[in-house]
Amino acid sequence: MKNKTRNDLLLIAFAAAAALVLWLSVLMFRTPGAQVLVTVNGEEVCRYPLGEALEQRLPAGDGYNLLVIRDGEAWVEEADCPDKLCVHQGKIRYDGQSVICLPHRLMVTVVGGERPGVDAVAGGPGG
Amino acid sequence: MRARRVALFGLLVALALVLSYAESLVPLSFAAPGVKLGLPNVAVLFALYRLGWRRAAVVSLLRVVLVSFLFGNAYSLMYSAAGAALSIMVMGLLWRTGRFGVTGVSVAGGIAHNIGQIAVAVCVLETGRLMFYLPVLVASGLGAGIGVGLLSAALIRRVRYPKGDAQR
Repeated sequence: MKNKTRNDLLLIAFAAAAALVLWLSVLMFRTPGAQVLVTVNGEEVCRYPLGEALEQRLPAGDGYNLLVIRDGEAWVEEADCPDKLCVHQGKIRYDGQSVICLPHRLMVTVVGGERPGVDAVAGGPGG
Repeated sequence: MRARRVALFGLLVALALVLSYAESLVPLSFAAPGVKLGLPNVAVLFALYRLGWRRAAVVSLLRVVLVSFLFGNAYSLMYSAAGAALSIMVMGLLWRTGRFGVTGVSVAGGIAHNIGQIAVAVCVLETGRLMFYLPVLVASGLGAGIGVGLLSAALIRRVRYPKGDAQR
């Protein structure tokens, strides 16, 4: 019984360390993005510069998502999807961050404009 | 004996179903899409320790199908099924080794569930960028797994039916 408790604690410590390492690596490798990429069903729909204020109604799935860009941040202000998870995901500004609306299969991603080649590889089929 | 087993199955699936509904009342999705408490895992862990991993898998997958039919859609079925399948596989393996307590098994299951879900999301949305969510998903799986594990351990210790632990 004692052994099991010890193994449980080891497993928990290992998982916590893994989460920490993953988190630090995300923090370390993130850079501010330059563009906002919108995809529906994995296909690019449009791109907007992150530096210019914008309010755009995006048709997706059988509804819409309202994309807002302001002060170098992008977010989904409102949507008519059933769960509204995209609205609750908040604002994004770093390269690779995204807001996802699963019911509409819509994804809003911040991409680094200065490295289009790298992004083309990273965003390819299957990631 | 057979009728009792059927009744027990029904009870556990119903319990998992109710717990699914209960956890849907606690929105945690601001952290990352799809983050949940994992309360239904209490029923699955109980099934695992009392009935064995095959029957626990049946309880888990039945719950996923029923919940998706009742509250979800085809996509939520895909995500939950992948999460539940990976979760029960990992929990079954750890349980079979006999070297981990309920909490350890639960933590591993919680993290596996989240990883299974994100893996499907990566395939559906065809992007690797979702890996940004990994730290949050591992951490939330860990935290939820500890809570659910402690709860399940207390339950398994106290409820002595069916008699004794399942054969590993």
